[in-house]
Amino acid sequence: MADLTTNFAGIRCPNPFWLASAPPTNCGEQIMRAFDAGWGGAVWKTIGEPITNVSSRYSSVDWAGQRMMGLNNIELISDRPIETNLREIAEVKKRYPKHAVIASLMVESKRENWHDIVKRAEDAGADGLELNFGCPHGMSERGMGSAVGQVPEYAQMITAWVKEAARTPVLVKLTPNITDIRMVARAAKRAGADGLSAINTINSITGIDLDTFAPRPMVDGKSSHGGYCGPAVKPIALNMIQQVNGDDVDGPPIPMSGIGGVSSWRDAVEFFLLGCGTVQVCTAAMHYGYRIVEDMIDGLSNWMDAKGFATIEDFRGLSLPRVTDWKHLNLNYKIVASIDESLCIGCQLCHIACWDGAHQCIHLDRVSGVVDGQVEVHAKPRLNGLETIAVTPIAKLDPPKPHVGPYAISLERIPRVDETECVGCNLCSLVCPVDQCITMVERSTGLAPQTWAERTASAADCAPPQVAG
Amino acid sequence: MNGTFAEHPEIAARFPDLHPPFDPRAAVVEANRCLNCFDAPCMGACPTHIDVPKFIKKIASANVTGSARTILEANVLGASCSRVCPVEVLCEGACVMHGREERPIEIGRLQRFAMETYYSSGGRIPLRSRPERKQSIACIGSGPASLACAAELRQQGFQVTVMDRRSFPGGLNTYGVAEYKLRAADSLHEVEQIRELGVKFETRKIDAGTLDHLERDFDAVFLGVGLGAMQRLDVEGVADAGPALMDALEFIAGYKTGKRLAVASRVVVIGAGNTAIDAAVAAKRLGADEVTILYRRQRENISAFDFEYEHALKEGITFVWEMLPVRLTSAASGLTLICTRVRTDASGRLVPVAGADLTIQCDVIIPAIGQSPLFELLQQARGVKLDKGRVIIDRATGQTSNPRFFAGGDCVNGGREVVDAVADGKRAALGIAQWLGTPAERSAATGTPPWLT
Repeated sequence: MADLTTNFAGIRCPNPFWLASAPPTNCGEQIMRAFDAGWGGAVWKTIGEPITNVSSRYSSVDWAGQRMMGLNNIELISDRPIETNLREIAEVKKRYPKHAVIASLMVESKRENWHDIVKRAEDAGADGLELNFGCPHGMSERGMGSAVGQVPEYAQMITAWVKEAARTPVLVKLTPNITDIRMVARAAKRAGADGLSAINTINSITGIDLDTFAPRPMVDGKSSHGGYCGPAVKPIALNMIQQVNGDDVDGPPIPMSGIGGVSSWRDAVEFFLLGCGTVQVCTAAMHYGYRIVEDMIDGLSNWMDAKGFATIEDFRGLSLPRVTDWKHLNLNYKIVASIDESLCIGCQLCHIACWDGAHQCIHLDRVSGVVDGQVEVHAKPRLNGLETIAVTPIAKLDPPKPHVGPYAISLERIPRVDETECVGCNLCSLVCPVDQCITMVERSTGLAPQTWAERTASAADCAPPQVAG
Repeated sequence: MNGTFAEHPEIAARFPDLHPPFDPRAAVVEANRCLNCFDAPCMGACPTHIDVPKFIKKIASANVTGSARTILEANVLGASCSRVCPVEVLCEGACVMHGREERPIEIGRLQRFAMETYYSSGGRIPLRSRPERKQSIACIGSGPASLACAAELRQQGFQVTVMDRRSFPGGLNTYGVAEYKLRAADSLHEVEQIRELGVKFETRKIDAGTLDHLERDFDAVFLGVGLGAMQRLDVEGVADAGPALMDALEFIAGYKTGKRLAVASRVVVIGAGNTAIDAAVAAKRLGADEVTILYRRQRENISAFDFEYEHALKEGITFVWEMLPVRLTSAASGLTLICTRVRTDASGRLVPVAGADLTIQCDVIIPAIGQSPLFELLQQARGVKLDKGRVIIDRATGQTSNPRFFAGGDCVNGGREVVDAVADGKRAALGIAQWLGTPAERSAATGTPPWLT
């Protein structure tokens, strides 16, 4: 049975699943219910001078009938008095001493303000501190949040102030709304931060009402850019986390708490494989409630048992070395698409995707006659179904349509890959609606592995063409 | 053909929708399930070749207007077809979802959603921009074949008159489709859309001699006359049965128009085609206690679709297989039908089985053993060749052996579905337009309609 207990930058907790600083961690009562549901830790909704919020605050992007592929918010930090939040932190820690409670902090950029809030949060019993340098809306207009996180010097300065006072681990939460996230990560390292968390939400306008022309979320006819999160942002988060966790400038990488679209244990494993020690979840909990953590724990344990991993440390960061610069990829590695005819359902999405969106090498010519080679046509495709007169079949009168070939689907509907032209781009396998129907198989080029870096290192290959005479 | 039609409330109550319509949210979810196949098999399986993925994805994008117009472009009776098509053997039967053991996309219900949303918000059949043409065409019969032919010709600028002996247009769509599938009122609403295109409708009985006049007054004639009455039951004693013996189609038309609201207790339907099942189910819903379908062969030989048979069982219809009615006696207390058990031998012939007769007591007998061809009428159209009572046409153009006559629908195919009639009618319209076109237009044409090349 896998051991999920976690020690993250010195913060101990029963499992690596934390609730991110957000509405699900607004108050002690919520967090205690979350711990009862199984969460290993919670980052308190950012504590600072209470603000006033607007309504509405959230908007989302639905996709293909699914709700909340992405969520956007314009809510600010906690609207509750600092004392109330701190009193509840103390109560939660008293009742749940083994769970991690991290105080997310944001105050005006003055040294004494930060010293004061750090001391009060730690006195209340917080196990660690998370500096909110990421909030992209509202607070940034007041010189806080991402206004700090977007300027490495500010981030370094404030982190250093916090470190002067802090006795517990200090995490710096990074904003993705910056050209190179490593710059602020390095600044945090220079200032002595104990860990990082990333990513905060991404600047966004989720959509516009086509009847009123008001963007969402609408506040009395107007809107403001908000912070985007949820499943849609996971790929962006993974990339930024890889950038930071693979960066040795200003010291080796420090512990990273991964954030950004984590909705299931599978997402979490991906963050761990890129080096994260914990993950933080918000949108999924806002969508379905705290109960989702049960499958996160269960699924992760079962996967670890199946893979033979006893602890998260056994696999943490395993995928980091697999990410490299493009110039280090093997140019002589070749794969081609392979269609399993016995699984094909004849939708022909691979054909049209290859035809219009890729390299014109998936053909519908199994019956009409196979032709390999580059295609030079500029005509509308012939549509077989429309060439015939179709009638409602009457079993006694109408023989069934002739079935060609040995597969469940008649051969004329099963596309064919011209391997001589296939560039191995993957697109067909991505659009195919049947699992494992289109796989990419390796074809030997007979050439030794060679990267772009290697190729251009040899002067003959990269030298500009010589002009004769 | 201008009277208003009022649905009888009792019929409305006894024949509610068999399949509930989609609500908008469910329609979008279902539309999103569609894979959007390229050269989609559903499109090829539809006799009118509706671009199914196109109209479905327009539902998903909340462009229901575009969705309905996509349907109408291919099939002007898209609303009624969405309700009466045997989609299990057409578009939905061809859906690739079967290949991965999933239920097919509910194309019929999505089409109904698009059409009903469009029409109920005041949508109309979009009128094409084209010059008026002087040539006129008479469409005989006002069923789906004639309606589709008339609509397409009118869209091309021709002057079109649809003639029918009945007081309401629509043919079997109005008078013959089970009310729980398609209400007469909905059929008539659809006809009104076609009338708005500028098609004229006349109530006029076409008989011997009339066709001569039509040939003189019109440049071309489309025969969409369908089939005639149900074939007579050839059983001893039938002549004495009187009104207890009912033609299945008249029986169905009777309740659909609100003229028949009840039926006697014991009903026997003879035959096991789709019309037989419509009549049997109607009898049950009109209050019959026992409804029996008699069929001379076995379950696997019936011409009704499987889902129609299953539906009949759910409605409580009893099937009696391998029984041939031989004698009928009528008395004040009811009818007595004597049947002989028959077997089908190896060559397909029916062979009586001795000593296994069955006597059925009933009040009403509804033969539904196929419609007779309209020999008398069709033979008036000079030069139009028939084969076993069916009009012979060129399949691509609908043209008969008399070049001024075109034909489509049941009178050509012997009785198929509404969607087949629509496809026939549209093909014939394109054939007529080409035949009536200017020499330049004719020489420019490839000989077959563009959507068949």
